[in-house]
Amino acid sequence: MHSMKPINRKARSVEAAVIAATGDVQALQQRGGEGKVYYPMGCTLNFTPGWEVDVSGGTAGLCQPVERDLFDCHLGCGWPAQVPDHLNNAPDWTDKCASAANDWRKVDIVFP
Amino acid sequence: MSTTETLTPAVPYRQREFHAFESEGTQFVYLVPSGAIFALDKIGLEILDRIKEVSPTREELVRFLLELGYQPGEINTALMELEHSEVIQRGDVVAEKPRLPGKTFPLQRVVLNITNQCNLACTYCYEYSEDKISKTEGKPKYMTSSVAEASIDMLIKESGDRPSIHVTFFGGETLLNFPMLRSSLDYAKRKCAEVGKHVEFSLTTNATLLTEQVVDFLAEHKVGVTVSIDGNRELNDKMRVFADGRGSYDVIVPRIKMLLERHKTNSIGARVTLSSGVSHVRRIYEHLTKEIGFYAVGFSPATAKPNRLYSIGETKMGNVLEGFEDLAWEYRDWAIAGRHHGFTNVNDTLKELHSGISKAYPCGAGLGLLGVGTAGDINLCHRFVDSDVGQMGHVQKGGVDHAARDEFLNTHHIGARYDCHTCWARPVCAGGCYHEAFIHYGDTSAATLHYCDWIRGWNDLCLRIYGEISLRNPSFLDRFSEN
Repeated sequence: MHSMKPINRKARSVEAAVIAATGDVQALQQRGGEGKVYYPMGCTLNFTPGWEVDVSGGTAGLCQPVERDLFDCHLGCGWPAQVPDHLNNAPDWTDKCASAANDWRKVDIVFP
Repeated sequence: MSTTETLTPAVPYRQREFHAFESEGTQFVYLVPSGAIFALDKIGLEILDRIKEVSPTREELVRFLLELGYQPGEINTALMELEHSEVIQRGDVVAEKPRLPGKTFPLQRVVLNITNQCNLACTYCYEYSEDKISKTEGKPKYMTSSVAEASIDMLIKESGDRPSIHVTFFGGETLLNFPMLRSSLDYAKRKCAEVGKHVEFSLTTNATLLTEQVVDFLAEHKVGVTVSIDGNRELNDKMRVFADGRGSYDVIVPRIKMLLERHKTNSIGARVTLSSGVSHVRRIYEHLTKEIGFYAVGFSPATAKPNRLYSIGETKMGNVLEGFEDLAWEYRDWAIAGRHHGFTNVNDTLKELHSGISKAYPCGAGLGLLGVGTAGDINLCHRFVDSDVGQMGHVQKGGVDHAARDEFLNTHHIGARYDCHTCWARPVCAGGCYHEAFIHYGDTSAATLHYCDWIRGWNDLCLRIYGEISLRNPSFLDRFSEN
């Protein structure tokens, strides 16, 4: 915080809440610290393309078309994935894709 | 009308609840009800002052700050931070109703009044004086081990998943029933070992019955000891006397020195009761720490109706606050130098301010703590044991009366204490001692209004000291984080 400095423990909790509520979006790499690239555990261990790096930290095997970003990204991780509005307008867009690891090519492309 | 004005109605900024204080030229705010303490920088101060003066709209406030030379980015950040921390808000401030705690609050401590007998006859004692509320007629003089063991079983059962519990032995004069204390301590240790809980012990004594054997037992089992003593011979013997009027000082001092010498495994504190003739805070403190050797000394005014001769009264309470202030600044000096100071009243308040406590209840009575009388009757706390008020069951007849406990907690919550709703000190005070309220107003749910100014004065002083320590020796405050 800039205009006020937390002094006691409760103030530090308040600060954390304020940052959580108002903090800017950060690129994944910004959170690594000490020169390390940060990528979230969990997502890249499963088949969930769309991240900036793959499970080995590389970029070669990444899913390229933005249409292939799956909703794990934007629901589970809050990543601004390019997915259709599957609640209202495209409820069936993954119907042919029972398993993302095997069937990701069957995910529909939805045009607005 | 511009587009901005159309979209954003001109709602004025208001200050929310906080107590502002200054230490060493730095401005702080103590937020209510959260209990958070922040240091403000210049722009924060300008904003608060401006809002206090004119309640500006956002547009007016931003224009004012731009004219003072602040950049739009920093203005935006400052307003956002102050709003989200609930220091200011747009629109009128409507107090949120405090929430009741969950019904399953686990018990943490029982206070066992293991005897209602005492070998002293201290004039101000709430158990024997004119303001006595306990009705001991027909009750046994000494708690039996079966009652104590049932109390410990109840504590273990009601403590839920707490890993650690605490048993306090109390009286009367606690050590009059030392054999039973011994056996019930062993029982508690054995039972807690069986269920995998940690158990700690403490007691309060007038020190008249301390012997080497007793002290060695207390040291072996790490029993924390609070000794009631009111100062030097002259001051102590004004109130703390035997039934024949003889003072207790000469009897207790050699025993206390032996206690301090032999018992090093837990804290040993002195507890001073301030009354009409005994309000010399520094004199008492110096005597107890320097002459007798106590590591920690705490003070509390006697609970009494105002017309009692020993009641401390308003003028004397003024003197007490002065005495407290004098010692508190000494505490500050020592804290900045990184040294321990034994004035526990400051220490306890700083600890609460450091954590940012925001109390729903003034103390743990009925919540995490219950008192048990010699016959096994459960009550709100040790001060209400065997009285008609705050009864909550019997350790051998069904245990805790949860309906009575819930009823008490619902009616004594800070949300039900309307007198407190505009007071900035309520996160630390929450209305004051139930017993004090009952003696003064005949109602445990009344706020102790006769102490309000005093409590605000004391907390303001401790906040200023806290602020100063945070600026000049912040690492000193780390000791308050250990729990």
